[in-house]
Amino acid sequence: MIENWSSLIPLLPEVFLLGMICVILIAGLYIDEKRRGIIHFLAILTLALTAVLTLRHFAVGQRYTALGGMFVRDGVGDILKLFVYLSTAIVFVYAKHWLRANKLFSPEFYVLALFAVLGMCILISGGNLLTIYLGLELMALSSYAMVALNRDSPVAAESAMKYFVLGALASGLLLYGMSILYGLTGSLDITLIAKALESGRQPEVAVAFAVVFVVVGIGFKFGAVPFHMWVPDVYHGAPTAVTLFLASAPKLAAVGMAFRLLAEGLEPMVKDWAQMLGFLAMMSLVVGNLAAIAQTNLKRMLAYSTISHVGFILLGILAGSEQGYAAAMFYAITYALMTTAAFGMIIALSHSGFEAERIEDFKGLNQRQPWLAFLMLLVMASLGGFPPLVGFFSKLYVLQAAINAGWLWLAIVAVVMAVVGAYYYLRVIKVMYFDEPDREHQIQAPGDVRVVLAANGLLQLFLTLFVGSLTALCVAAWQ
Amino acid sequence: MIPLSYWLVLGALLFCISVAGIFINRKNVIVLLMAIELMLLSVNMNFIAFSRYLDDMAGQVFVFFILTVAAAEAAIGLAILVVLFRARSTINVAELDTLRG
Repeated sequence: MIENWSSLIPLLPEVFLLGMICVILIAGLYIDEKRRGIIHFLAILTLALTAVLTLRHFAVGQRYTALGGMFVRDGVGDILKLFVYLSTAIVFVYAKHWLRANKLFSPEFYVLALFAVLGMCILISGGNLLTIYLGLELMALSSYAMVALNRDSPVAAESAMKYFVLGALASGLLLYGMSILYGLTGSLDITLIAKALESGRQPEVAVAFAVVFVVVGIGFKFGAVPFHMWVPDVYHGAPTAVTLFLASAPKLAAVGMAFRLLAEGLEPMVKDWAQMLGFLAMMSLVVGNLAAIAQTNLKRMLAYSTISHVGFILLGILAGSEQGYAAAMFYAITYALMTTAAFGMIIALSHSGFEAERIEDFKGLNQRQPWLAFLMLLVMASLGGFPPLVGFFSKLYVLQAAINAGWLWLAIVAVVMAVVGAYYYLRVIKVMYFDEPDREHQIQAPGDVRVVLAANGLLQLFLTLFVGSLTALCVAAWQ
Repeated sequence: MIPLSYWLVLGALLFCISVAGIFINRKNVIVLLMAIELMLLSVNMNFIAFSRYLDDMAGQVFVFFILTVAAAEAAIGLAILVVLFRARSTINVAELDTLRG
């Protein structure tokens, strides 16, 4: 069937990743508990080598396809994938410390996370409704299992169940939309669907019907309001190491999925879906920011803050222009790096039996551990969008794109809500710097966590120096 | 041949029943899992009807993949259900409310 093996070269990073996952899965069975560090090392090595393989045929400005157009390698996909690998590697470093402290350090965490990464890569590279669906499910099924990783925790089991039911509902809605798209256009291929819709021979109502289902499916995966019910519960209930993972890389994959389905497949229907996304973005910005104010649990607060950041990402996508897509991608990349640092901080301050997940656990952190407090200050200020940190620039580009596309009112809502949002980020900073500590405890996280956390926190500052080149890369990806 | 619209209406009805099953059901998590299965099957109905009507095999291939994924999904769902029952000794949907806020 396959005449030429070299046509499979674009698939190489994914095939390598799959092979290594199988190796880690088997190795995990035979390595005893004391030497589990090998698994950790292997997992990070796998991500690094996969990144190298991706870079070898780096597809910025090009487009390779494999398997008859089912699998697409292009600049957007490759850049998103590189940051998926990077954020997952950071997650592994933090997660190891937490999993060790909570006696959950097992090969399953790594295998499931890597399978989720593989799913994300397939999703990001999907050129066909079938590959998009399969990638999405591989990612989702692995994440459901990861949330339930701590089998003895009633809270984790409950949040896993909620995540599973709502996630399956979202996949069902998305699939229903896909089936109608297939019926209307007679094809599962993204580019052929776009071509068929371009001709405008399909009944408009039916196309709009399909678009609604697809947008709802994407909204669920992003966690945009009104499809956000699962986000706070899952963030709160899941083991912190898993929350850390779910908060970072899947957001990048969701951007990839929105790009494939909306910007490529449903490109002729941009008027329809931009309005729906506009509604989702507005609701996410308002509800996310207002609900975050009321939270006392830091994990829950970050969950609502995620919802508001999703609003910003959607703001970039709905602009429907190259500038807007590039801005949304830049936003998702910087957000993934910020959120890993924020959850990394919770992990660095936790030790066995104690979880620094309430905001009051950060009381007087400046007097206890000034360096960590400073890093947290950078991360919170970056999440809140204060200049000169990178979070400010990502917001700026998204707003620019939205205004250029004529969404002035939505940009105003976004700015007002960003000001409201600044309150709860500043509250964390206030608690750290101006409240008296209520415990003397000095927590020493292991060396690797401290080094990566410092790099991750300072990245918020130093990335501003490279904002120009990073945005240029994002823009180049769309050409 | 039965017209396409009949199949689509049947698919839509099954889909509505499954969505209603997820939202109205307040008693048993197993019923939720059944509703999810039904939802995927209603989509399959759509795909097969379109595939026959368009005379294109791709739709039927998609159905095989959906069936496989549905099996994996049911396996994970039941596994989570077992964990949930061991931890909480209940599978009543109304009692799954410790996470609020």
